[in-house]
Amino acid sequence: MISFEHITKWLQAWLNAHMSPILVLAVETVLIVILAIALFAVLGLVLVIMERRVAAFMQIRMGPNRVGPWGLLQSTADTVKLIMKESIVPTHADKFLFNLAPFIVMIAAMLILAPVNFAQRFHIWDLNIGILFITSISSISVIGILMGGWASSNKYSLLGAMRSGAQIVSYELSAGLSILTIIVLCGSLKVSDIIASQETGWWIFKGHIPAIVAFVIYLIAVTAETNRAPFDLAEAESELTAGFHSEYSGMRFALFFLAEYINIFIVCAVGATLFLGGWMPFHIGHMQGFNHVMDYIPSSIWFFGKTFFLIFVIMWFRWTFPRLRIDQLLNLEWKYLLPISMVNLLVMTVVAIYHLHF
Amino acid sequence: MYHINELLNSDNTLKPSFVAMKESDDYTINIGPQHPATHGVLHLVITLNGETIKKVDPDLGFIHRSIEKMCESLSYRQYIYVTSRMDYLSSHINNHACALLVEKALQVEVPERAQYIRVIMDELTRIASHLLWWGAMAMDMGAFTPYFYAFRERELLTEIMEDTCGARLTMNYMVPGGVMHDPHEKFVYRVSKEFLPLLKSKLHEYEELVTGNIIFQNRVNGVGLLTYEDAISYGCSGPTARASGVRCDIRKLYPYDVYNKVQFEEVIETAGDSMARYMVRMNEIKQSISIIEQLIDNIPEGDFQAKTKAVLKLPKGEFYQRAETARGELGVFVVSEGGTTPYRIKFRSPGFSNLSCLDHITKGSKIGDLVASMGTLDLVIPDIDR
Repeated sequence: MISFEHITKWLQAWLNAHMSPILVLAVETVLIVILAIALFAVLGLVLVIMERRVAAFMQIRMGPNRVGPWGLLQSTADTVKLIMKESIVPTHADKFLFNLAPFIVMIAAMLILAPVNFAQRFHIWDLNIGILFITSISSISVIGILMGGWASSNKYSLLGAMRSGAQIVSYELSAGLSILTIIVLCGSLKVSDIIASQETGWWIFKGHIPAIVAFVIYLIAVTAETNRAPFDLAEAESELTAGFHSEYSGMRFALFFLAEYINIFIVCAVGATLFLGGWMPFHIGHMQGFNHVMDYIPSSIWFFGKTFFLIFVIMWFRWTFPRLRIDQLLNLEWKYLLPISMVNLLVMTVVAIYHLHF
Repeated sequence: MYHINELLNSDNTLKPSFVAMKESDDYTINIGPQHPATHGVLHLVITLNGETIKKVDPDLGFIHRSIEKMCESLSYRQYIYVTSRMDYLSSHINNHACALLVEKALQVEVPERAQYIRVIMDELTRIASHLLWWGAMAMDMGAFTPYFYAFRERELLTEIMEDTCGARLTMNYMVPGGVMHDPHEKFVYRVSKEFLPLLKSKLHEYEELVTGNIIFQNRVNGVGLLTYEDAISYGCSGPTARASGVRCDIRKLYPYDVYNKVQFEEVIETAGDSMARYMVRMNEIKQSISIIEQLIDNIPEGDFQAKTKAVLKLPKGEFYQRAETARGELGVFVVSEGGTTPYRIKFRSPGFSNLSCLDHITKGSKIGDLVASMGTLDLVIPDIDR
C-alpha cells in the first residue's frame, strides 16, 4: 500500500545519503514551505469551487460550468483576475496597517497548518503542545481583521471589524472549552497522541453524551470563529456591504478570502482530529472482515474525507440559515454555549477520572 | 434636511439654506444609494450610537423620472402605460387603477369577461410581487437560498404573463374599457392546472425554510413595531397597515370590477411587528390563490373590451380612483380641463407613505433590525420617487 510515509522516508534517506545533515535540514525546510504554499493554493481553489457547487446544489441551479471541465477551472480564472487587478489603497487609509493586515491573517492561517496530521505519520511539525499551538495562533487572525477594518478609514469596515472582534473573542471560549473536553479524555495536547488514543474508536462514539455535546458546540463555535453564515456579521453584505474588507481589492482581498477558506479547512481538520479520529479508519467492534477492508483505504483519504464532510456541513449552514443579529449572537455565546460547555467539561472530567468511557 | 420656515424669507420669497441634519459628534453612515439592503437607489442617512440607531433620514430623488409631469402630455390611452414603471412589481394593478379612472369619468360599462380577466391578472401580479418580496426579504436577513426558490415559482408565472401580454414585468395589458386582447388560448389551463397546483405544493417549503426557522423568528418577532395609531397617522396602507390591525383593503372597502363577487378574507394581524407583516403577506398569497380559483374556471364569454371612441376626452372636473396594489393603496387623481390630456395628475403611491414610518419603527434598534424592518415594509424605490 502506497502511503505518504514511504515517500517521506525514501526522500529522507536519499537526501541523507547525498548531503551533509545541515544541508538536508535546509532542503527539507524549503521543500516543506513549497509544499505548504502549494497546499494552500490548491485548498483555496478547491474550497471556493466546492462552495459554489454546494451553493448551486442547495439553490436548484447549475453553478459554475463553463470554464474547464464541469467548471472546475472557474476559481483558477477568478484568481488570475484577482492577481491582475489593481490593488487600490484609499487616500485616507493608514497605508502601513492597511497593507499589513491581509498578511497577518494569511500568516496566522498558514502557521496553524504545522501540527495537523494529514495522514499516518505525515505532518510538518508534531510538537507536544500541538492543540494549544493551534488555538493560540488562530487568535492572531482577529488582530489582522481589526487592523484591516481600522486602517481602511471606512465606517462599514470599522463596524465590521468591531463586530468581528466581539464575535471571535467570545466564541473562542466555547471552542476552546469543547477542545479541552477531548483533551481531558486523552490526556495529551500532541496531535499524534490524540489520534493514537482513538485507535479503538473515535471519541465521538467512545465519549458518551459529553463528547457529542462538545462536538456540536465546537461546530457552532468554529462557524462563528471563521465568520461564516449564520454568524457572518463581520461581512454581512446586506448590512455592511462587505464589512471589514470593503476597501480591499485585488490580491489583498484575495488573501483575506483565501485565509477564510484555509481557516475553515483548519477548524474542520481539528474537529476531525479531535472527534472523528483524524486519519484513523472506521472500525466496528469485532467485525474483523469489515475492519480489514477499512484498513485498506489510505489514511490520507480518511483524513480528507472527514474534513471535507465537516466543511460540507458548515457550507450547508451557510446556504440554509438567515443571519443572527449582533446582540443575539453574543447572547447565544455568553448565555447558552459557554455555561453548557463549562458543565460539559465538568461532566467529562468525572467521566475521565472514573474511566466511564468505552 | 430643509425646514420650510428656514426657506421662507420675511418677504415670503424662497431662499436656499442648509439646516444641520446631524450634530457634530454623531456617527453617521450612508445606507445607499448603492447598497445591497435597499434594493434600488434609496439613500438612508442613519445616525448611530455604536450599533444602535438614533435616527434614520431617508433621502429621496435618485430615481425621480417625473412620471406625473410626463402623464400631463400623454393621452388618456397612453398615460396608463407610464404607470407600469412606478411600482414595477404590481404594474398590472397600477394600469388597472388608471383604466378604472378613465372608465369612471366616461361612464364606460366594462364587459364582464374583461372584468374577470383583469381581476385574475391583478391577483397573479400580487402573487408574483409577494413571491419576489419573500425572496428579497430573506436575502436581507442573510439567507440567499429562498430567493431562488421564490423565482422558481415566479418563473412560470412570468411565462404565463408573457404568453398573454407579451411582456414579463411591465405588462401594459389594460386599456380603458377592458383589456387589450383576449388571453392566450392556454391561459386558463396554465393558470389552473399548472401554476396553482405548483404553487400550492411548494408553499410548505417556504414555511419550513423561513417561517419556522428559529433564527428568522428571533430576527423579526417584536422588531419594527408599528402600532395601530401610528399606522394610521403615518398613512400606511396595504399589508404594512393590515399587520397593525388597520382594515384598509381597497378590494373590500371600495370594490372594483368583480371583487364584490368573490369570497376572500382581508388578512389582518394585530401585532404590528415585522413578523406580523411577514404573515400578512404570506397569507395574502393564499387568499389570492383562492380568488383566482373562484374566477379562473368561470370566465364568461363575450367581449374583452368595451367600445370606446378613438380619442378619449374626459369631461371637465376632478376624478379620483384607488386600487389595492401589492404594497397598499394606490390613488390616481386627475384634474381634467375637458381636453385629450390631463391638466394635472397626481399619484398617491403606497411606498412613499410606508417608507415614512421607517424612522419611527427603527429608532433604538440595531442595524440588523433596520434591514429586517425595511425588508418587511416591501419598498419599491421607483414607486416612492415616481
